[in-house]
Amino acid sequence: MRDSLPMKNTSATPLGAGAKRSTPSGGLQAWLPRLVLAPSVAISLFFVYGFMLWTFVLSLTSSRMLPSYDFVGFGQYSRLMANERWWVASTNLMIFGVLFVVICLAIGSLLAILLDQKIRQEGALRTIYLYPMALSFIVTGVVWKWLLNPQLGIQAMVQSWGFESFRFDWITDPDMAIYTLVIAAVWQASGFVMALFLAGLRGIDDSIVKAAQLDGASLPRIYWRVVMPCLRPVVFSAVMILAHIAIKSFDLVVALTGGGPGYATDLPATFMYAHAFTRAQIGLGSASAMLMLGGVLAILIPYLYSELRSRKHG
Amino acid sequence: MSTFKKTTLALALAGAALASTAQANEVEVLHWWTSGGEARAANVLKDLMESEGYGWQDFAVAGGGGETAMTVLKSRAMSGNPPSAAQIKGPEIQEWGELGLLGDLNGVADAEGWDELLPEVVADIMRYDGQYVAVPVNVHRVNWLWANPEVLEAAGVEMPTTLDELFEAGEAIREAGFVPLAHGGQAWQDATVFESVLLGGQGSEFYQQALVDLDPEALGGEQMIDALEDFKRTRELMDEGMPGRDWNIATVMVIEGVAGFQLMGDWAKGEFTAAGLTAGEDYLCAAAPGTEDAFTFNIDSLAMFRVTDDEELEAQQALARLVLEPTFQEAFNLAKGSIPARPDLDMSEFDSCAQQSLADFQRTAEEGGLVPSMAHGMAVRADVQGAIFDVVTNYFNDADMPAEEAAERMVSAAEAASF
Repeated sequence: MRDSLPMKNTSATPLGAGAKRSTPSGGLQAWLPRLVLAPSVAISLFFVYGFMLWTFVLSLTSSRMLPSYDFVGFGQYSRLMANERWWVASTNLMIFGVLFVVICLAIGSLLAILLDQKIRQEGALRTIYLYPMALSFIVTGVVWKWLLNPQLGIQAMVQSWGFESFRFDWITDPDMAIYTLVIAAVWQASGFVMALFLAGLRGIDDSIVKAAQLDGASLPRIYWRVVMPCLRPVVFSAVMILAHIAIKSFDLVVALTGGGPGYATDLPATFMYAHAFTRAQIGLGSASAMLMLGGVLAILIPYLYSELRSRKHG
Repeated sequence: MSTFKKTTLALALAGAALASTAQANEVEVLHWWTSGGEARAANVLKDLMESEGYGWQDFAVAGGGGETAMTVLKSRAMSGNPPSAAQIKGPEIQEWGELGLLGDLNGVADAEGWDELLPEVVADIMRYDGQYVAVPVNVHRVNWLWANPEVLEAAGVEMPTTLDELFEAGEAIREAGFVPLAHGGQAWQDATVFESVLLGGQGSEFYQQALVDLDPEALGGEQMIDALEDFKRTRELMDEGMPGRDWNIATVMVIEGVAGFQLMGDWAKGEFTAAGLTAGEDYLCAAAPGTEDAFTFNIDSLAMFRVTDDEELEAQQALARLVLEPTFQEAFNLAKGSIPARPDLDMSEFDSCAQQSLADFQRTAEEGGLVPSMAHGMAVRADVQGAIFDVVTNYFNDADMPAEEAAERMVSAAEAASF
């Protein structure tokens, strides 16, 4: 997912195109941008695409502690498919990903709409909601680990108020622990989604809203039928960014649950890390990394496709 | 995936940055003895080497229980430039041996009489294909039960010597208002408790069959089911704040009198000592219930890589010799809380727990019962160990999984992990 960034930077070279047009004499100037960009292109080709290819090659071998080139075809993939923990990790990613994206969008857009009502102290409130994004997932994970710990956090606090029967011990329950990841991640990212939506809302022409008001539409109706459709590009970018965060999630799991209880909150990223680096199964780890890449591409390709298509039409 | 790439990149960079070769007459030692006491202990070895006129190039890589160090070691080995010696333990020594990267210590071993000095089980781990490739640094005992005497007194219980007594004592401690068994819900801690319970309930012979030889009949049999059920019962002795808790936090619960017991290896002693407590008075140690005739060991060792330079080879052989010498063994193990790898040392400097540990080490080495710790990577390869961890921790945390199913999964874990 990170890989797409250098690509985009290098493909869009308005600087070079502009230089060519404005100074006909500048042979060097035409070449300079390409020359300057060449090292970073070469580096990303090697370190990103080269290693991707290497990972794929390794996933076809029986590599254990160190890479070896004893090819076993798709044997590692069939082992992966037979691995129960991999399925737990994949299912978890589905649950976590969908809930994380949907809840973030819902909370983020709601907050943005509320903030958009020309209230006082908007700047301060916006900052407060946006601040969690400034924390790393490790910090979020550790803080929420304490909050969710039944003997230290929310449960203990509410019980000490006298509600003895209050229970909130999801983090100890293998069936519910995955939702604690959603809680922590939503807390962190929904402020960011709010900022995106807020920027989108500010970009909407006031006259459209006014026209709708003249036609007698109620405020909720205006937001639902007029404003939200205008924000489609914002929703789209938000979904893309959130989906990436979800698939990349590694540090949050490590800090919050450590993959536990048992391996109930394992995600593909932690699965891959555990197998490739601590369990001396580089082949199996590479195979899981390739499947993750497949998952990323499944999201990225439609995104790029629609981006490019809209650019052609625009 | 991005993490994988980041790590690969880090590997490549580390390999390039650290590719400074050891000079002649010098050993480069990769280790992760980086905490206060351990670093002092490693320094003893450095001073010994230097007093004999050899150079010591320290290559300490902190973090992650050696995970980071192993990653760096792999990158060095892949770039064809391994250090002279590295802290590698258990079956991993065999894996490095298979790659043909380890050197030969038979010369030193013969001269120093390692065959007589080391218990057979330990010597086996240090040999690859019949020749010594590594030298043991220390011995940790894993099957310990630690206790807070004040809590035991308040609950009116004694140190348990069988699993049944442990469960009874646990009940009493709970009624007295304490947590019976301090534990941290991490896979390796679950596995540590599991192997001690299995050893206590089923004996060292079964332990050997199931967790070392990976005999499918033992792994899926009645005894395993019993062991798993005992293991699940220990969960009732734990508190609900355990998820993700680190082992030393659990030890602090015992120190502070919040909890009565902890099942943990003897590195826990470091925490008691750091809190200024005296063994036998302020805290109690005993073999895990039912395991007084057994000893699960976790041995740190230095494996020697093949070197071509004659002078470096000489320095490396000297290093191997010095590691097993009494001076280093005593100084290092006093600092680290473990016991010397050679059983013939004067132990008067050590505390009562360590003395008991060494006595048991010698006794079990002679009478049987000395077994490698599965939870600490001494018994089976990393992939099998990981697969067993998965089963153990999943079963322990899943209230609905019957022991029969866990035993079945144990069998398939041992099979599926190897390719």
